[in-house]
Amino acid sequence: MITLAAIPQAPVIPAGLLTMAYLVAGVLFVLSLSGLSTQETAKRGNVYGITGMTIAIAATLLSGITNFAWLIPLMVVGAFVGTVLAKRVEMTSMPELVAMLHSFVGLAAVLVGLASYINHGDKPHEIVHQVEILLGVFIGGVTFTGSIIAFGKLRGSIGSKPLLLPGRHLANAVMVIACVWPLGVQFIGAEGTGGLTALIIITVISFVLGVHLIMAIGGADMPVVVSMLNSYSGWAAAASGFMLDNDLLIITGALVGSSGAILSYIMCRAMNRSLANVIFGGFGTSAGATPAGGEEQGTVTETTAEEVADMMNDAGSVVFVPGYGMAVAQAQHVIHEISETLRGKGVEVRFAIHPVAGRLPGHMNVLLAEARVPYDIVFEMDEVNEDLPETDLVVVVGANDIVNPSALEDTASPIAGMPVIEAWNARTVVALKRSMAAGYSGVENPLYFRENTRMLFGDAKETLTAVSENLG
Amino acid sequence: MLIGIPKEIAAGERRVAAAPENVAKFIKLGFEVAVEAGAGQAAKFPDSLYEQAGATVLSATDVWAKADIILKIRPPQDDEVELAREGATLISLIQPAQNGDLLERLAKRKVNAIAMDAVPRISRAQSMDALSSMANIAGYRAMVEAASEFGRFFTGQITAAGRVPPARVMVIGAGVAGLSAIGTAVKLGAVVRAFDTRPAVKDEVKSMGAEFLELEFEEDGTGEGGYAKVMSKEFIEAEMKLFAEQAAEVDIIVTTAMIPGKKSPILITEEMVRSMKDGSVIVDLAAEGGGNCALTRPNEKVVEHGVTILGYTDLPSRLATQSSTLYGNNLVKLLGLLGGGEAFKLDFEDEIVRGATVVRDGEITWPPPQTAVPPPPPKPAAAKPEAKEAKGGSSLAGILLGITCLVLLALGWKSSSQFLDQLTVFTLSCFVGYMVVWNVTPALHTPLMSVTNAISGIIVLGGMLFISSANQAVTILSGIAVLIATINVAGGFLVTQRMLKMFRK
Repeated sequence: MITLAAIPQAPVIPAGLLTMAYLVAGVLFVLSLSGLSTQETAKRGNVYGITGMTIAIAATLLSGITNFAWLIPLMVVGAFVGTVLAKRVEMTSMPELVAMLHSFVGLAAVLVGLASYINHGDKPHEIVHQVEILLGVFIGGVTFTGSIIAFGKLRGSIGSKPLLLPGRHLANAVMVIACVWPLGVQFIGAEGTGGLTALIIITVISFVLGVHLIMAIGGADMPVVVSMLNSYSGWAAAASGFMLDNDLLIITGALVGSSGAILSYIMCRAMNRSLANVIFGGFGTSAGATPAGGEEQGTVTETTAEEVADMMNDAGSVVFVPGYGMAVAQAQHVIHEISETLRGKGVEVRFAIHPVAGRLPGHMNVLLAEARVPYDIVFEMDEVNEDLPETDLVVVVGANDIVNPSALEDTASPIAGMPVIEAWNARTVVALKRSMAAGYSGVENPLYFRENTRMLFGDAKETLTAVSENLG
Repeated sequence: MLIGIPKEIAAGERRVAAAPENVAKFIKLGFEVAVEAGAGQAAKFPDSLYEQAGATVLSATDVWAKADIILKIRPPQDDEVELAREGATLISLIQPAQNGDLLERLAKRKVNAIAMDAVPRISRAQSMDALSSMANIAGYRAMVEAASEFGRFFTGQITAAGRVPPARVMVIGAGVAGLSAIGTAVKLGAVVRAFDTRPAVKDEVKSMGAEFLELEFEEDGTGEGGYAKVMSKEFIEAEMKLFAEQAAEVDIIVTTAMIPGKKSPILITEEMVRSMKDGSVIVDLAAEGGGNCALTRPNEKVVEHGVTILGYTDLPSRLATQSSTLYGNNLVKLLGLLGGGEAFKLDFEDEIVRGATVVRDGEITWPPPQTAVPPPPPKPAAAKPEAKEAKGGSSLAGILLGITCLVLLALGWKSSSQFLDQLTVFTLSCFVGYMVVWNVTPALHTPLMSVTNAISGIIVLGGMLFISSANQAVTILSGIAVLIATINVAGGFLVTQRMLKMFRK
């Protein structure tokens, strides 16, 4: 049973039909997510999603809304802005777009919560309902500002270094507790709209908390942060659903929330860190982070684009391992050219994707797809690792920690236990890198000093273009 | 700068210092190249191929007299030194430790000399390490020679005519030559065992597909410069016992224990040879230093007690095409390091150049001053790894469970049946989402995020419900909510569509 909170006029369609429309929309959303399980069904999945959304919005429009003069222009403008964003965004900037869209959901949840409370007027409150408002606003607020900070960090307009204030855990705890007591208690106890002040203060606190939480997390942890915020935005929508007694919002929020939670979990597992470790930030500041006695690890062997081209020509199998550096250098297109040339010569070319490569789960896959690399030669870490000893050449493009052997070999390393792509098992490794700087985790990478590793320094796009020209 | 490549004059030498493909690379580095007529004949490189690669073909005297840089393989023999131009640079294998008088003659003649066998064995110089290139070939060729002497298949087979057991091969010394021999034998299908005093090579041996023989005795034989050091008496006894046991079992033994400039240690005694099966083969890669087998005669094939013992010292020359090309590759790298044709210079600041140069400007510069070799890193204390398990999942699930319980208790206390209905819907939806999302392929995680983003824009409904409110503040708040949520819906779905279109087979 759906009760609509604030409808001044009789609906155009009966309430039962509205419920049915919401049911259909909910089912379509589930189908939409399940469509994404394979590339073949993914497009259909997206169409299900669009259909579900259209049905839900159409049914709501017919359910007794009068203020069309105000509503329709807003929706048209919103749809236009969304379309422009979607058309214009560079695939390398997908993480920023996703973070920005999360912040919108968060803000919308806050606004809907406030609107719902104010609209309630002087009628007596149910405690449950008030708790729902409180939760919706709080989660929405954290999602909103947290996503904005994540957006800034991903764009580079905010430094990616974690900001670690002294006593930050205490500060977080104090903020959360203050929202329960005295503010929460005061809000629930208030008659009519008397709790509005408390609610606004809670909103502000949730904004501050969102900023503070995400500021403390470093740039390379953003895949986890973005998927976590994805989850939060879902929970915020679900909380709004409870608040508005709207089952479709509850269903959708729950779907999105669990989706984001699973993604966060997958990302954390790929870094062998607990979610708490990521959320509370400060990675790389523990005592173990300085590599023990690791000033000089030996010499690196440099190579040239010509030699790399020769190696590729002579190889029977080549595996590319892309990392965030590939996205930064926009090197995916030239990698595709190289892979096509090599495939034309009968060389087996594959791509190995680490779950946390890039700044968004699956980011590398999208970039490679954009460059028209066929998805059936793009593999996950586990699928490729066992074949690497049989592989002639591994080309590491702008990746560092995800190919670091100390994750498996050095128990004192801060990244010990993190599953990595075991590039060093291949006969030869070529690592493309700007300089010898350490990766995000600040850990030296012994891969570069291995006997079978050749370093190709410079901007990945430029060096690979030179390689491509030399392939002939 | 003119590079001269004379014909090797040592008896039986088939190699030449550079192949035509190397010549093309010299020219790319800015050199000119002159090749003696017939220099590559024995390595199956006719003069015409050199000319195609851009070299001129000259007589022996012209090559020596005109060239600024002479590339050779073998150390020059007496009269050759006199042929070279004053101030020219000779690059070849020189064996400076044994050839003191050659160095003096070169110095007197004011010919600079770079010894390819004195290139320091550091990782940066690997691409110029001619000894490794030659050792690799020697190891391969050793196994090919063994196979041609051995009367049976290497690989085990079940044929219509009966079962053939695989050949058993033991390789002593897993250096470059040993590993190459192991790899070749494994590829031919033999069962291979290898022994080395350096435990560190165990993994390499295993990765080649061979078994690593171990002693019940612990001593690390890793010495300087990649060679093994001399071991204690007890160790040697244990080692000899192992070899004696193995000799009776295996069909083929390849020994590679060479000590540069010294007599090779005897590892296979006459006793052991006698214990071997008739038809077995021993290839002694250390024959140049007298051999690892007591019965080896350098440069000869002998049959003793029914066992064929090969003491060839010219294995790389027996694969002349390959060894010339690889040696030439080493030279290409070295000449590149020396500055190429434009900026050719013997720069003593460079560790590799300093180490390899044995004569400069009439002065003998060998041996090079000892550079401080950094001590090997201390053995890391065998710290028990702190079990850093992936506990993200369990704590996440725990948190969710805890929150759920609390919410159930706290809110369920007084809640209406309507709330309980919603809670049911919510919980079931969480589970549906959980089941569905685990099936999503990781390659589509970004589209998953953007599509969930779009559908979480369903919060637009919340805004729509309040937009008709009489309260102005509510209308404005919900209006903004509608606006941004619509951006989300449109943007999320469209960008997903755009991404999914890009995925193609």
